[in-house]
Amino acid sequence: MSTTITIKNLTKRFGEVVALDHVSLTIEPGTFLTLLGPSGCGKTTLLRCVAGLEDPDGGEIFIGDQLVFSYDRGITVPPGKRDVGLVFQNYALWPHMKVDKNITFGLEIQKLGKAEMQKRVEDALVEVKMQGYEDRYPREMSGGQQQRIALARMLACRPKVFLMDEPLSNLDARLRMDMRSELKRLHHISSATTIYVTHDQVEALTMSTNIAVMKEGILQQLNSPDIIYHYPANLFVADFIGNPKVNLLEGVVVNRDSVDVGPFKIPIQNKYAPDNVVVSIRPEDIAISSEPVSGAVEFNAYSVLPSGADSTIIARCSELELTIKVMGISKIQMDDRIWLTFDPKTINLYDKSSGSLLSNSN
Amino acid sequence: MQVAAPYPLNRPEKALASFRRFFHWLTKPHVVLSLIMLALMIVFVIVPLYSLIKTTITYSQHDLTRVPTAEVGGLTLYHWVRMLTGVIGQIYTYTPLIHSMTIAVGATLLAFLIGGSLAWLVIRTDMPGRRIINQLAVLPYIMPSWTIAQAWLVLFKNRLSGGTPGLFEYLVGHAPPNWLSYGVVPIIICCALHYYTFFYLFTSAALMSIDSNLEEAGELMGASRSRILRKITFPLVIPAILSGIIMTFSKVMGTFGSPNILGIQTRYYVVATMIRGSLAAQEKGDSFVLAIVLILFAVTTIYMNQKLVGTRRSYETIGGRGFVAQLSRLGKLKRAIFTAVIVFQILVIAIPVGLLLYDTFMLIDGNYSLSNLTLQHWIGPRNTVYNHGEPGVLRNPMIFATAWNSIKLALFTAACTALLGIILGYAIVKGRGTRLSKLVEQLAFIPYIIPGIAFGAVYIAMFARSMSPIPPLYGTFALLVIVSVAKHIPFSSRSGVSAMMQVGHELEEAGMVAGAGVWQRFRYIIFPLTTSGFMSGFLLTFITTMRELSLIILLVTPSTQLLASQTMQYTENGDGQEANAVIIILITIVVIGNFIIGRFSKGGSLQKGLGM
Repeated sequence: MSTTITIKNLTKRFGEVVALDHVSLTIEPGTFLTLLGPSGCGKTTLLRCVAGLEDPDGGEIFIGDQLVFSYDRGITVPPGKRDVGLVFQNYALWPHMKVDKNITFGLEIQKLGKAEMQKRVEDALVEVKMQGYEDRYPREMSGGQQQRIALARMLACRPKVFLMDEPLSNLDARLRMDMRSELKRLHHISSATTIYVTHDQVEALTMSTNIAVMKEGILQQLNSPDIIYHYPANLFVADFIGNPKVNLLEGVVVNRDSVDVGPFKIPIQNKYAPDNVVVSIRPEDIAISSEPVSGAVEFNAYSVLPSGADSTIIARCSELELTIKVMGISKIQMDDRIWLTFDPKTINLYDKSSGSLLSNSN
Repeated sequence: MQVAAPYPLNRPEKALASFRRFFHWLTKPHVVLSLIMLALMIVFVIVPLYSLIKTTITYSQHDLTRVPTAEVGGLTLYHWVRMLTGVIGQIYTYTPLIHSMTIAVGATLLAFLIGGSLAWLVIRTDMPGRRIINQLAVLPYIMPSWTIAQAWLVLFKNRLSGGTPGLFEYLVGHAPPNWLSYGVVPIIICCALHYYTFFYLFTSAALMSIDSNLEEAGELMGASRSRILRKITFPLVIPAILSGIIMTFSKVMGTFGSPNILGIQTRYYVVATMIRGSLAAQEKGDSFVLAIVLILFAVTTIYMNQKLVGTRRSYETIGGRGFVAQLSRLGKLKRAIFTAVIVFQILVIAIPVGLLLYDTFMLIDGNYSLSNLTLQHWIGPRNTVYNHGEPGVLRNPMIFATAWNSIKLALFTAACTALLGIILGYAIVKGRGTRLSKLVEQLAFIPYIIPGIAFGAVYIAMFARSMSPIPPLYGTFALLVIVSVAKHIPFSSRSGVSAMMQVGHELEEAGMVAGAGVWQRFRYIIFPLTTSGFMSGFLLTFITTMRELSLIILLVTPSTQLLASQTMQYTENGDGQEANAVIIILITIVVIGNFIIGRFSKGGSLQKGLGM
């Protein structure tokens, strides 16, 4: 029952601003795809185009077999006929309707029978664990509860595709964690094709089967969370994903097996022609030692930031600064001398001028 | 499986596609509604304006008496030359224009002082009884604008008008001087005492929305209270004050009632009374030249006003979120100021109404002895001695017909305006950022800057003749409804926009995704959520239409007589008591209507109706 979504060369302009620039992507049936990027990158616009709430200025959208939008053919299927459900960032529950009315509104339009509607309402409320709230008005519920009802409203219509526009961004941190697992569970059970918009990379990494990273209306990379995290396609993606941020060092390839970053050299796995490159090293991929180790580079512990489960250490070697993440509370004190070791297998190389990934060691 | 798109498309396919895209754009609800609104505004605002201008540059039948060589319908600058040069220009145009400007500037200034300080006292000080003062402050607005002028006449008239003494002369023993009885001073005072409510409403809304932290920050830096008021508070409410200025100025420029009551005796003519005079003398072309001059002056003044304050959109007030403000302490003066304000309000509300009421109980005007008290003017039988043979107003079927006309007009206008407001609000807010939406919003603003009497003139110019497919509407009730609705468009669009802004576009989009059609979205989502905006627009329009005079004075005929124009007719015929009785009836209907509508409207209010 799952549905493929195909987007071809989708372009959308708002006046001078290009919100989507020839975006093409295919979403396989049952995928939980997250559109990820900073604000203004076009992720919400893309979602709204799929929902039919924006009219793109070029390109095509297929939902399943149905061509729902084609600029060249002048086809625009209205949102209600696309068989999609949408959860809005601010819930968008109708404030003048009680919970059951909010849910049955779409069902009445589908002209379902009374008994069927009743059953759908009950089922949907059970799914979001909100049984017994039928008679509440939206303003009589907390933000988290409203979000669940918004979800129930979408589920009750049983759309082929779930669309969610930053549904958790208005919730507090605790509630957000709970809802993440609920949403993931929901997708697991229904396996409906889902497009989920967020600017929170942790949310994207934890929930998705696929992530599409966007910047300024252009699709940067579409892949599984694992690949996105370990092999970002370009410097933007590398920099955007990961907390604390990835270490990016400019340097030159020497002797085809290491990169000279200034004060020291970093070994690399594959052989490269001498060139200006950027080295990326994830903070957790750097081994740290408080005694000299062979092949290690000596640094000064500039700042130590323990946070319970792990600690972040900012280390300096002349002008160079690196961020290192270690498990647990680190014993290292500020201004200690430390020795860092780099694992060639975990290092990615980017072309300095284009910013795109050079090595692809997997 | 997906249908692979066979490219390239051939020419007919491409043409079909671009037609489809256009059709898709055209059938969006906000586009359709914008276009309908645009068409309505063109027919009822732009075309009439055009025909007003055209009348001034063509010869009419009437002109043949003075210009025998003229050809009816021929183009000419005759009216313009006649009205703008020589002695006629001086008498008919320049002097009245200076008079109009004088009262407009004077009344605006005075209204600002009264409304602004009242707003500050109510919102920002610890004066006692602020709630009651707040409620009393808007009362003058629901009275007809010339109520106070009529009361002024009862109190201060001298033998120049009607030959009977005023109450002042009766009490003091000698007649007040002409400058106090008639002309510029009383007109300014009477207009200001009516229109200060705009300043009060706008400024109090703005003051309420100022974060008092801004003022406290100034206080911490050691600024004195007056300095804070001048340097922080005042600049922050400037947009609100500007809204008040524009509104009052344009209203007073086009006001007809008070100058007609208090200006005629000393030949203090303003443009509004001149327009009516010329029209009565069949001088359409001349009259319309004056109307255009009035419009141009109002537009220029508003434009300069906006330029002076910079790029701010000046009829925009700061939104109405209330902050917990720290109140200025009035100290020992607290009681004294409170007393002064209450006395002022009694002076403005109770005294005029009391005077008018007292006047209606006098059998013969100007005789203040107890033996002269009578109910003749209210319930007296037909009598050839009094009131040109008409019975007392409550026994006069003509008055009932007139009252019914007024109520019908107010209800019709209010309903149309409120509905139009929601539609305009939807069209403008939904299309935000598009040229179409901007055009609709700007066109909707035009009636705002056309003074009332000129707007009436515009409609005479257009609808006196048949303009197919529209039949000649002059003399019909429909014309009164149309002119009233058209004049209210700026208010309705403003309140409609602010009502629609609160609805949030996602609520409608959620309906779209659920598959609701346009009608379902309007019926189940947009209308229910804008009820209070609708009711506010309804209330405001009901009140203003009930007591509107300048707008309809040129358009009423004996069969479409309204209470407002009836009072003016009585006054002009020298039946002051009947005029005042009709004003009392008018005020009573407005108060009752206000109460009933207030009952049924969920959260509707005058403030919201003004788009605050």
